[in-house]
Amino acid sequence: MSIWEYANPKKFMQTSAWALPWAVGLTVLCLGAGIVWGFFFTPDDYKQGATVKILYIHVPAAMMAINAWVMMLVTSLIWIVRRHHVSALAAKAAAPIGLTFTLIALVTGALWGQPMWGTWWAWDPRLTSFLILCLFYLGYIALWQAVENPDTAADLTGILCVVGSVFALLSRYAVNFWNQGLHQGASLSLDKEENVSDVYWFPLLLCIAGFVLLFITLVLMRTRTEIRLRRAQALMARERLA
Amino acid sequence: MMPDLGKYAVAVLGSYGATIALIAALVALSFWQRGRAKRLLAEVEARAGKTDV
Repeated sequence: MSIWEYANPKKFMQTSAWALPWAVGLTVLCLGAGIVWGFFFTPDDYKQGATVKILYIHVPAAMMAINAWVMMLVTSLIWIVRRHHVSALAAKAAAPIGLTFTLIALVTGALWGQPMWGTWWAWDPRLTSFLILCLFYLGYIALWQAVENPDTAADLTGILCVVGSVFALLSRYAVNFWNQGLHQGASLSLDKEENVSDVYWFPLLLCIAGFVLLFITLVLMRTRTEIRLRRAQALMARERLA
Repeated sequence: MMPDLGKYAVAVLGSYGATIALIAALVALSFWQRGRAKRLLAEVEARAGKTDV
């Protein structure tokens, strides 16, 4: 069995119909457990106080804002190279989810930054590249809406996605590229010295798993919607020709 | 059993509130679009006499 079988809309609809209830259940379980554990059962940090609880939404949202764009890049490239419609529709479906995660990261970052840094916003490399990523998401969604022919829209948005990937990468590695600005290094690291303490680490892992599952759930659901719309458009076009 | 958030209550509760509002809006939008697409496809398929998706 080949992975390209799922590029068939009918096969995708069948498989996603089976997977969606599991994805919803696991999302509620992981996200609920992670948030409750992190919010109610972890101590205040000796430096950050209670604001450390913002970590459980800010870090997963920021990670998924970047990963959503990476997923859109991969599916856009599949469309550009192999012309599978489901992959283009999956990229289109993921954009509003990525935009929402980017907004969550920006808002929670500002709310954390005000008491910790003394400012809501700074033109720091990571913050600035995240703001540009947010604008790329808006541009990507607007481009899909602006172009009537869906194949042309998929081509143009695919190119935009490749260009925007530079900022998705910058958002992730800006702290390492430019050793300046207010934003600290990564909260998660394979280096035990750099990693957050275990008391925050385990609920954070659950929250990250929850955000990943939330992303998968919404992408499956929204891609199914896009496939239905595309089929309806194709049938309406056939009606007009008849 | 609400933890004591002290002087950071606004920042912490504001962050959780904004996150819940944004995710709820996205989920509501996704369900609304799903319902609209299902209705449209059902209408068009009924006209075309086909139901294979």
